[in-house]
This record gives sequence, C-alpha cells and structure tokens, in this order.
Amino acid sequence: MNQLTDTSSQSDYANAITDDAPLLTLRPSTGWVSLKLRELWRFRELLYFLIWRDIKVRYKQTVIGAAWAIIQPFMTMVVFSLFFGRLAGIPSDGLPYPIFSYAALVPWTFFAAGLANASNSLVGSANLIKKIYFPRLVIPISTVLSGIIDFLLAFAVLLVMMVAFGIAPTANVIFLPFFLLLALITALGVGLWLSAMNVQFRDIRYVVPFLTQFWLFATPIAYPSSLIRNETLRALYGINPMAGVVEGFRWALLGTETAPSGILIISSLAAVLLLVSGAFYFRRMEKTFADVV
Amino acid sequence: MGDIALRVEGLGKQYRIGKAEAAYRTFRDVLADTLSAPFRRAVGLLRGNAAAANNLSEVIWALRDVSFTVKKGEVVGIIGRNGAGKSTLLKILSSITEPTTGEAKLYGRVGALLEVGTGFHPELTGRENIYLNGAILGMSRAEIRRKFDEIVAFAEVEKFIDTPVKHYSSGMGLRLGFAVAAHLEPEILIVDEVLAVGDSAFQRKCLGKMGEVAGEGRTVLFVSHNMAAVQNLCGRGIVLESGRLIVDALVNIAIEAYTLQGSLPSQAEIDLHQHPNRVSKGTPILARARLMNAEGILKNAFITGDTLILEFHINTVQLLKRPIIGIGFADSSGTRIFNLVSAYTKTGSSVPDLQGNCAICCRIDQLPLLPGRYSVSVSAGSQAEPLQDAIEDAFFLDVEAGDFFKTGNLPSVNWGKVLVQSEWESYEWERRSV
Repeated sequence: MNQLTDTSSQSDYANAITDDAPLLTLRPSTGWVSLKLRELWRFRELLYFLIWRDIKVRYKQTVIGAAWAIIQPFMTMVVFSLFFGRLAGIPSDGLPYPIFSYAALVPWTFFAAGLANASNSLVGSANLIKKIYFPRLVIPISTVLSGIIDFLLAFAVLLVMMVAFGIAPTANVIFLPFFLLLALITALGVGLWLSAMNVQFRDIRYVVPFLTQFWLFATPIAYPSSLIRNETLRALYGINPMAGVVEGFRWALLGTETAPSGILIISSLAAVLLLVSGAFYFRRMEKTFADVV
Repeated sequence: MGDIALRVEGLGKQYRIGKAEAAYRTFRDVLADTLSAPFRRAVGLLRGNAAAANNLSEVIWALRDVSFTVKKGEVVGIIGRNGAGKSTLLKILSSITEPTTGEAKLYGRVGALLEVGTGFHPELTGRENIYLNGAILGMSRAEIRRKFDEIVAFAEVEKFIDTPVKHYSSGMGLRLGFAVAAHLEPEILIVDEVLAVGDSAFQRKCLGKMGEVAGEGRTVLFVSHNMAAVQNLCGRGIVLESGRLIVDALVNIAIEAYTLQGSLPSQAEIDLHQHPNRVSKGTPILARARLMNAEGILKNAFITGDTLILEFHINTVQLLKRPIIGIGFADSSGTRIFNLVSAYTKTGSSVPDLQGNCAICCRIDQLPLLPGRYSVSVSAGSQAEPLQDAIEDAFFLDVEAGDFFKTGNLPSVNWGKVLVQSEWESYEWERRSV
C-alpha cells in the first residue's frame, strides 16, 4: 500500500489545477453571519434523532416515568389553588380557580422546562460540539421540542379536569396550536440567548432558576391579566410573550370573555423578536463554541 | 472539476491561553479584566512592552500559515508531537472550529472521525445508538438502515444489539463506534487517533478497514502516533511542528523527519535518575546508562556489526536478589526489534545479588541493527519483582551503516530489520540422499 501516490512538489499541484468552485470553503467569519437555515433543514433527521433520544432517555431510569410530566404542574396547581385561590382570594375570571391556574401552568411548565433545558443544552453536549460538526442550532431546538411530549401528557390531564368541572371548550380551540407555537418560539428565543451565553459565562446556570421564578410571577398564571383595567396597559403586558400564551390558552379552552387581541399581537411580536435576535446572536457566537465549551 | 480534494492556504488558528486554561469565564473574570486592562496596558506601554500593551501576551498560534493541497484519492498521514497542531488542523477541516486566518477549500463531502462513538448514550441500546451515532455523523436514516446488518456484523455485537450500551464492555463499545463510522462513505475522510484505543485485535481490524477505504480511492487524512500504521496506510506524510508545516513528502521521508525532529541528540552517557519516561511504580534503582565500544570508549553512534557495551549503574538500598535487567530495542516506528533479558542468558543469570552502588553491563558482540535511530527501553529488578524500575524509551541509539558480514557489503533499508550471521556450504545433492 506504500507509495500510493507520487509526490510531485507542491507547486506542481498548484500549477496543474485550475480553481473550480469548492463544495465548501472554510475561512474566518466576521461580524454577523447568516442563519444557514438550508443547512439546518438538511440536518432535520439529526434533529429528529436528538429529540427521540431526549424523550427516550429522560424517563428511562425514573421510577414513575412520565408521571413526572403531570405531577409538576399539577402539584403547583394544588399549591396555587390553596394559597392564592382559597386564602388570598385572587379572582379567576369567573372560572374555578384550579382549572384557571392549571390551564396556564400547562404551557408555562412547557416553557420553563424548555428554557432551562435549552440554556444548559450546549454545555451538556460539549463532547459532541468538540468532536463533530453539525449546525449547532439543532441542539437547543431539539431540547425545546422534546418537551412537547411532557406538554401533551399534562394537557391530557387538563382535558380530564375540564370534563370534571363541566367546562366545554369553545370553537376557539382551533387556535390552540398557535398558542403552543408562541410558547415554543418564546422558549427557544430565550433559550438561544441563554445557551450561547452559558458557553462563555457559566453564571447563566445560576441565573436561569431566578429568571424563571421572576417570570412566573410576571406572567398572569396565579392571577388574571384582567386585573389591569386599562386596555392599553393590558396590551403592553404582552411584551412578556408568556402573558399572551397564557391568556390565549384560557381564551381558547375555557372561554374567558373576550379575545386577548391586544396582548396577542404584542406577544407575538415580542416572541418573534426574541427568536430572531436569539438565533442571530447564537450564530454569531457559534464559532467560539468548540474552543470555549 | 479538477482532481484535487482539498486545498489549504495560509491556515492559522489562534487560541487565547487564558481561555485554554480556564475553559470558560465568569462575569467576575470579565469584570476584573475590563477594570484591570487599561492599567495593564498603561504599565505595558511604560515598560515599552508592545505585546502587553496590546494584550497579545496571552495568545498562542496552534496552527500557523499552513498550506498544502491534497489530490483526490490520496492518503495523507499527518504527524507531529503532541501540541503540534494536528488536531486543530483536523478540527478546522471538519468545520468544528473556524480558522483565524487563511482558508480551506473542500471539494467533496467530508466525514470526520475524531473520536469513536461520539454521542453514544449509555442508556440506549446498541441498535438505537447505531441510528443516533449515524445521524450525528451525517448519515440519513435510509442509509443507516441499509448498512445496519453490516455494521452489527463488523462490530461483532449481534447478541447484544438490544442491550443498553452501558452494559457493554469497553471493547464492544469501541467496536460499535468504529463500525458505524467506518460505514460512513464520504469523499474526504478525516480520522484522528482512533486507533490509539482498543486492543490489538481491534486495532488490526480498524487498520484493515481503513486500508479498504483508502483502496477505494477515497481521500483520507489520517492522524496517528502509530508510525507503523501511518507508514502502512499513507503514501504521503505531512509533519507539523509547533503549528507549522515543516515537511510534506513521501511518507517514509516524513516519518524519518518526524523521528529526528526535536528529539534530543543521542548521548553516550544518560542520566536515568529523574527520567520522564519512567513507567514503573517501584523504587527507582537505575541511575545511569553508558554506551561504549569494545575498547570501553564512550560513544553515541555505533556501526552495524560493531561491539556495543551497555553499562547500567544501579543504586539500590535494598538487597537486589537475583537481579534481572531487561533491554528492549525499538525502531523509529515504535516496533520492538528485540529484547535482551539478563536472566535468560548463561552469564546474566549468574550475576550476584546487588546492593549499594554497582554496575552491570551487557555486551553485544556484533550489533545486528540496520542503520537508523533506535530507542532503547530499560528495566531492572529482582526475580521477585522483575519490573521494579522500568523506563520506556530511556535513550536513543544511533546506528550507522557498517560492514556487518565483513564482505564489503553495506546494509540498506530493504534488508529487513536485523542482520543475522549465517554459514553457507554447497554439495552434490546425492551426498545427502545416502
């Protein structure tokens, strides 16, 4: 097998070859870079496998498995109903407090878990990032998406509760996927920011629990957004995209009086802004990941 | 489309040492840096130290101004010491990290194998991991399904394919990891040190597969410390030293240059007291080695066929009962040529027990080694603990061409590894048959 090739000198190679268009050119990038969405699409199977792995592994060694997906929002609902509903007497838009809060906790739990998992995702996949190339966006996206299974389980319980409380969903229920998408976009948007920052600054690990806690109370979960009387101010509440998500869920499923249109528009804008800015920030930082993580 | 597979021009990669040491930074570090930077710069300026003033002192070039072109179907070995920039080069070529300067043009689909079993999850079964790992390496589901049986057969894990990988032996895990990667079919294959792991059977199997891949006319870039493997697989060798390309030539020439590069000149007297290559855990007793010719004159280069005397100074507090000295000679690719063990010889087995400062020497009357550089490993101990003190590659021995057979024929490289004296005679064949 030795001497497979002759070794004419380097300059010979260079002279003999005219430059064709290479399949791939690697050179230092500067400033903002494109999102490379086409490449991301080519790696969709990897995305699928990573989601599948996350779901498969998550409950493999737990005793009660998928029940965790239900217990978390459910117990929070019980605590909220007890303290906020019963003791503090917080209004709930005329709905039974447990279902009022649970309908909000289901998308919230999806969001909070997605955010927490996504922000740790890059650091957790350090061995992959250092050893193999694929669009790094796949990692946080797959972590957020894999939370959908948990969401569906918790959502099933919500349906059971609706039957128990005798609440029929309104026709607006067809908008529900949109609100789920909005939650997903928000989680991913924030997750992209935090995961990329987490590679550089491990402080993020400690920031995330704080952030989710504050965000929980800044979102109308334990209380209705109708506490804000002024319509304009209420719409501005939508700057927190999760406010739009939560109100949207209640409106579509439980039929709270009017469509939260003002909140929704602002929430959607805020969520898209988060996602786009997060994606660009992520791509900009991406080149340092393998060296720093 | 031309016939080149990849072209690298002026490629460089800069790392900040600060970052390399503390892989990630905290806000506090950044804050402290920001606050102290102007001060440090001012001090640097006052001292006239431009590097400090520009904050360049923390920067190293892992790769600097590397240019080369690889033709389609070429199998190129990339060799160099640790930290020479081999892995950085491969990481850039496989898009894992960006170059700081220069550019690389790739004219084909690249498959990189920088680690065996990247992304294996211990909780998943072998079957699931094949799909997951395949996807990570860039194979489509259909492609994996098509090659699934082949992969399983190559890895020899048929029986355990539905067992979680955490229950696999480490060998099985490695085989499975390599099997998946080996069935990747890129036009340009980049392989880093995967053969450094696993037992020798596994290594042979991998090498075989690599040879197959190379034989199919695919372009391969191969990094290894195993010179024998590089020599076997590659036609061309590229030697890196401190981030720079220093040799780009036929593989044998490159390997030769690598073995000579930066290595210490061979010495006639070697201090073994604090040797960095000591591999034993017992009390060190080897103090010094001396190389001499028949007249007892210290020398560092010997001629094929010469007399070589190896003298070892031993310093032992404890009585060394029935001492055993072992000497191993290895060629530049690390292949052991032969061993000398005192206890296996008549004179060596009758050496008395040793204590305090003493010397023990070994005499080779006709050095049978061909010209080249050899590394010598040494061990010393007692019959109870033969490897009490052992040093791998303790020193070099340079051998020059000499008239081994005293017939005026100088040995050349293609004569093999060692020379052996032999007697010849001729006769009529009938004489034997009676």
